[in-house]
Amino acid sequence: MTATTADALRIEHLSKSYGALVVTDDVCLSVAPNSIHALIGPNGAGKSTLIGQLAGELQPDAGRILLFGEDITSTLPEDRARRGLSRSYQISAVLPEFTLLQNVLLAHRARRAHLTDMRPGLLRDPQTVAHCRDALNEVGLADLATASVEHLSYGQKRQLEFAMAISQEPRMLLLDEPLAGMSPRESEQIAALIGRLRERYAILLVEHDMLAVFALATTVTVLVRGQVLASGTAKAIRDDPAVRSAYLGDEEVAA
Amino acid sequence: MSAQFLVSQMLNGLQFGVFLYLMAAGLTLVLGVMNFVNLAHGSLFMVGAYIAAASFERSESFAVALLGAVVGTGLLGLLLHGTLLARLQQAGHLKQVLATFGLTLFFNELVRIVWGPSSLYMQLPDALSGTVAVFGITYPAYRLAIVGAGVLVAIGLWLLVHRTRIGMLIRAGATNRDAVETLGVNINALNAAVFVLGAALAGFAGGVAAPLLSVQSGMGDPILILTLVVIVLGGIGSSKGAFQAAIFVALVDAAGRTFIPLILRSLMDRSLANAAGPAVASMLIYCVMAIILAVRPGGLFAARGR
Amino acid sequence: MTIETALPNPAATRTGRGIPPALFVFALLAAVPFVSTWLGTSYYMTLFSRIMILGMAAIGLNLILGFGGLVSLGHALYIGVGAYAVGILSRYGIVDLGAHLAFMLALVVPVACGIGWVSLRTRGLGFIMITMAFGQMFYFLAVSLKIYGGDEGLVIQARSLITGRGLLETPAAFYGLVLALLAATAWIVHTLTRSPFGLVLSGARQSEQRMRTLGYPLLRYRLAAYVISAVIAGLAGCLLADLTLFASPEYMSWTQSGTLVAMIVLGGLGTTVGPLVGAIVLLLLEEVLSSRTDHWLVIVGPTIVAIVLFASRGLYGALASGRGSEP
Repeated sequence: MTATTADALRIEHLSKSYGALVVTDDVCLSVAPNSIHALIGPNGAGKSTLIGQLAGELQPDAGRILLFGEDITSTLPEDRARRGLSRSYQISAVLPEFTLLQNVLLAHRARRAHLTDMRPGLLRDPQTVAHCRDALNEVGLADLATASVEHLSYGQKRQLEFAMAISQEPRMLLLDEPLAGMSPRESEQIAALIGRLRERYAILLVEHDMLAVFALATTVTVLVRGQVLASGTAKAIRDDPAVRSAYLGDEEVAA
Repeated sequence: MSAQFLVSQMLNGLQFGVFLYLMAAGLTLVLGVMNFVNLAHGSLFMVGAYIAAASFERSESFAVALLGAVVGTGLLGLLLHGTLLARLQQAGHLKQVLATFGLTLFFNELVRIVWGPSSLYMQLPDALSGTVAVFGITYPAYRLAIVGAGVLVAIGLWLLVHRTRIGMLIRAGATNRDAVETLGVNINALNAAVFVLGAALAGFAGGVAAPLLSVQSGMGDPILILTLVVIVLGGIGSSKGAFQAAIFVALVDAAGRTFIPLILRSLMDRSLANAAGPAVASMLIYCVMAIILAVRPGGLFAARGR
Repeated sequence: MTIETALPNPAATRTGRGIPPALFVFALLAAVPFVSTWLGTSYYMTLFSRIMILGMAAIGLNLILGFGGLVSLGHALYIGVGAYAVGILSRYGIVDLGAHLAFMLALVVPVACGIGWVSLRTRGLGFIMITMAFGQMFYFLAVSLKIYGGDEGLVIQARSLITGRGLLETPAAFYGLVLALLAATAWIVHTLTRSPFGLVLSGARQSEQRMRTLGYPLLRYRLAAYVISAVIAGLAGCLLADLTLFASPEYMSWTQSGTLVAMIVLGGLGTTVGPLVGAIVLLLLEEVLSSRTDHWLVIVGPTIVAIVLFASRGLYGALASGRGSEP
């Protein structure tokens, strides 16, 4: 798959090792705008490490990461958010003492916040509040806007994560196993939501749920032991014999 | 300035460094393994000094005094941990800080009640009250003995942590508490053991320092804060870092105390310089700490970058 | 659904009915001069002036400690700087309150920026220890300044003048100033906690990583909060110097810093006025105990330990539930 200059995300020859252990081995990957690119692979393949490098929490040893053409390889995590990269967490990391609305508000204001915003009135700005309510509405949590996060179920917290990511008006979303631990009904809802988001954002989706992956993804990359085993359209990957034997074969037997 | 003066100042610095190491080693162990901020560590030092001074008065034996200090403080540590501090294990740093602060206030007053408000003094043990010839000068034997004792303790601690099963558990507990628990180890017993060890070290430091300082209420507070500086510079939880940082801090302090009064005397009149000298010299190490941390927030020996 | 009900507000239930408990506290404080005068003594005005001053410093510290989650054990150093600002200028014949406050700001802001910047770049435990160390450093600095009294402290001839007039000479007038400044401080801190700035600070306490990834430059926010709380402590220091007509290194001892923390925890970490309540209770307790026995500290120590063990929400915090938006 050739990369184009209009790519939302482009990873070029990314490598990282911990001593003798190579966790990311010359990985190349690109995500087109308004598409969903799924990253799949067995446990321990290095998916989380790759996400960590994309988010800025880990530093690669070599290679480049380009966000809409801009090199963000050594940009700090907080600055990546400002450049348009939002992520959801595998382990839910919402702010436990706030309401849902406050969580989304914080996410939304991040790109335009100033240190000197010291007037309470700024939090009541009708446009801002409406925008945040919309984000909560998208994920189906509108009724709980003023409830405290501590009352939420695990699945609802994951939904809130989504609302927070969306409210940042990102250009690119990193979704780290968004369906993990969800009931079938919740999974359906979230999968439908992700499908809708494709229309607005570029999405890199890390997932184990193969049904969802092949229903949603435009393109797929398979990561095994830190290396890209195969990369292409969803259909091509599903039919690839090497991929089947290395990864999917096992999945189908289990399913 | 004479060689005698310079060398003896540097040796004083070394001795003080060893002494700071004794304090820091215990506290950094507790911090690293138990993630517990024990501000009462200074009080343990003070109690050790008081026990030593009081026992020496009764028994006239330095060995008894020192032993009493170590055992007494160890027992006190066991008591404190069992009745109180173990409960705060999960309570977060703020509560630990505040509770141990309350303990410090308590002990500072308790020693005044038990032993009165005036300082206690302890004589040097006869066997070590003379001087020895070393590095071309004569130096008090007792201070040299402290250096020796400290080095022995450092070796002993290293052996304990790196060569025994308990030491392995301590090191494991410092990196991953849960893993140690799943090994079937009683984490509370391990914590108590570490705490008692830390207390005993502080008591030993107190007993050893008693003949050199005036034993009084609050003597542990400035020592505690310097110990914290050592720990921060050496890396929280690192015994090796504590040793290196302790020597560094003590030498900087010694250099300050040696040269700053001289500098001051050339800048202002003698009486002012003599009065201000010690305090300015005391400030030096904190200024150095600030500069080091500005450049390397993780401490002197921390790696930079992610 | 109106904007007001959509207002970010924790799902806390108010136990009070309309009037926040804070107003009761201020009403009590406002009554003190009258009661004191009626009893024919200025003792209570002096006592409560001191309580309010330390309560003010505690309210300021709580902005970063309870609300922001940064345990500073060296905050009393700013009280000391404020006190010495008044003392030093008075020594040179500059006695106007405005000048004293300006000098205090000129000292506190750069010092707080420097100390804050160095300290805030370390993780939790390190921050506690480093702030203690800086407090100690300034203690030694004050002791070493022999021209300004050294460890014996600096006597101040008279209270600050306002526009050249001795408006603060009477205990009642001074009390009124302190009360007014206390109320203003509480209002400022309360407003800050409910602003976007406060939300970021509180969020950073709850999950630092989350806030960073959202894109917030946390060091800047925390530094700003640190400097604000330092200035409040500095103001308290100026008032303390005017009250006692004395400036001393003891004002910045780590015991004083620890006492501020105790007041905050006793009163309630998550509320604005809680630290003031903590100050009232703790200092009244000290006052009562010290008149009975010389060894009152032996009771205060365990009391603090007991507070930590049993009253973790604080006295005031237990009354007003919820965090950060309750006065």
